[in-house]
Amino acid sequence: MELVCPAGSLPALKTAVDHGANAVYIGFRDSTNARQFSGLNFNDPRAAEGIDYAHRHGARVFCAINTYPQPDGWRQWTAAVDRAARLGVDALIIADMGLLAYAADRYPDLSRHLSVQGSATSYEALRFYKETFGIRRAVLPRVLSVDQVRHVARASPVELEVFAFGSLCIMAEGRCYLSSYLTDESPNTRGACSPAKAVRWQESAQGLESRLNEVMIDCYGDGEAAGYPTLCKGRFEVEGSVYHAIEEPVSLNTMDLLPELAAMGITAVKIEGRQRSPAYIRAVAGTWRQALDRLAAGADRYAVEPGWSHTLSGLSEGGLTTLGAYHRNWK
Amino acid sequence: MLSLSLGPILWFWSRQSVFDFYAEAAEWPVDRIHLGETVCSRRRELKLEDWLALARELAACGKEVVLSSQTLIESEADLRTLRRLCEQQEFRVEANDQSAMQLLIDQGVPFVTGPAVNIYNSATLKILAQRGLQGWNLPVELSRQTLEALLAELQEQGLVLPVEVFAWGFLPLAWSSRCFTARHYNLPKDRCEFRCLQHPDGLSLRSRESQELFRLNGVSTLSGYRYDLLRELPSMAAMGVDAVRLSPEWQGMAEVVQRFDAVRRGKQPATDPLQLVEAPPCNGYWYGQPGMASA
Repeated sequence: MELVCPAGSLPALKTAVDHGANAVYIGFRDSTNARQFSGLNFNDPRAAEGIDYAHRHGARVFCAINTYPQPDGWRQWTAAVDRAARLGVDALIIADMGLLAYAADRYPDLSRHLSVQGSATSYEALRFYKETFGIRRAVLPRVLSVDQVRHVARASPVELEVFAFGSLCIMAEGRCYLSSYLTDESPNTRGACSPAKAVRWQESAQGLESRLNEVMIDCYGDGEAAGYPTLCKGRFEVEGSVYHAIEEPVSLNTMDLLPELAAMGITAVKIEGRQRSPAYIRAVAGTWRQALDRLAAGADRYAVEPGWSHTLSGLSEGGLTTLGAYHRNWK
Repeated sequence: MLSLSLGPILWFWSRQSVFDFYAEAAEWPVDRIHLGETVCSRRRELKLEDWLALARELAACGKEVVLSSQTLIESEADLRTLRRLCEQQEFRVEANDQSAMQLLIDQGVPFVTGPAVNIYNSATLKILAQRGLQGWNLPVELSRQTLEALLAELQEQGLVLPVEVFAWGFLPLAWSSRCFTARHYNLPKDRCEFRCLQHPDGLSLRSRESQELFRLNGVSTLSGYRYDLLRELPSMAAMGVDAVRLSPEWQGMAEVVQRFDAVRRGKQPATDPLQLVEAPPCNGYWYGQPGMASA
């Protein structure tokens, strides 16, 4: 199985390649990709340098252009496809149907991967994207259980990539407008969820409050670790009880499932986090490389090393990891 | 004149409640009615045969009936249900995901799409039109400005694709494989005891400052406030919107339909003075603002 790692910057890209990534995915420095953070992502010269570095070290580069262009942004998004093609990336990661059609028409020989934002959760949906746009690979949303992934994999007309580690989206990706309901930006429109520009921290008598466009997402008492106010991970009130009504701040970790994912024919495992530092990428990529190498040596001898779990837990939201929807009880 | 469209019931109501609701709706001045379970595969008070029987009755009352597909398809059982829906050729189907679209394309029958299908540009509309799309819903987070640009591009390309705009009710904003209602009751999704039946208009989720944020409805999450574009009806009609969608609610739906009907006919001003004493409307998306904003 391939290890696909995030690269939000050139140092992160080189680190990922040096520590065992088979492929890295990048985005341009604008809202054409789903991780729009200030100071993050690539301009053309940096992208060219990164692609050259990856190729010289035997790794591939995928370019995410996976937000949804509206009429006033259409030219910017198609220009991003043109730029990626000109730079010589190995694949485009796209969600929007119009943009997939554009890429298929202009660059038929450049591989197209369906972004997780394209929300394909069944083999029939995959068949739609394959027959309509000739996609080669799809990234599956994090809403399917292991049995469901197996079922999709059995009949999938394309290669499958699944999320292995990192932040956990509780909602079907590409089908969540919660962020634009509270702020004016969503993953689909601007490549941003709970954008930093809308975040405000405030000390009050109750504790440390985190707010998103003035809406209280959480309030932390003494000794409680405060987390970024991603809106679905706050504590809210439902029928008088206050709790993480949507999702706890935890990270996805599927290392235990690697042999199963390999057996069902999954092509690649994906690490989330283009917003993360090179140090994070080094630790995560290195750990997953070891796990994949161990798996390649024989699935019967595969076991997750305590050291690997320790490393990954330390890099997780709230120090906690979950199998997420892969484990049916989570639902 | 703008058409009035009744969206599918997003909540889980008992079989009898559903029949009662549509018995009334048959008398309302709505032109189009969407039937079917779009949220959760565990909600089986009505089966496809029941929906079809209902559809025939409503069609006999002069309504255009559309059958809506499940939004998040996860299992083979979901696909089996979806295939049966797409293979019936009596009524048009509203595809709510790409699985449904593919099955309808296989059948070679025309289809329409619901608000959860991500149509953000005319290139998308063009490619879907080539495959049978005959009408579509604007995604709820898009603005009037984006719709105007889209309609202008369609006109330039000579594409005729009637658009429906979600104009009243709690906005469907997200879908998950997790059931938030079951989670609220500490029940596993597979043994949820159908608690959604106890909440015919969802569970209200508030901030710790008692601000209404969202409505939890099984695996779906809706806006905490009702979207309301009543006062925009004249401008929508002028810009070429074909229909406005009103989302069914447990109570007071007849009055909502009457109000929209009166305004579209120009029998009542679009701004209702009574609005001032009701809950704050939310309409931000239409004006390119945060959805919850009131513009």
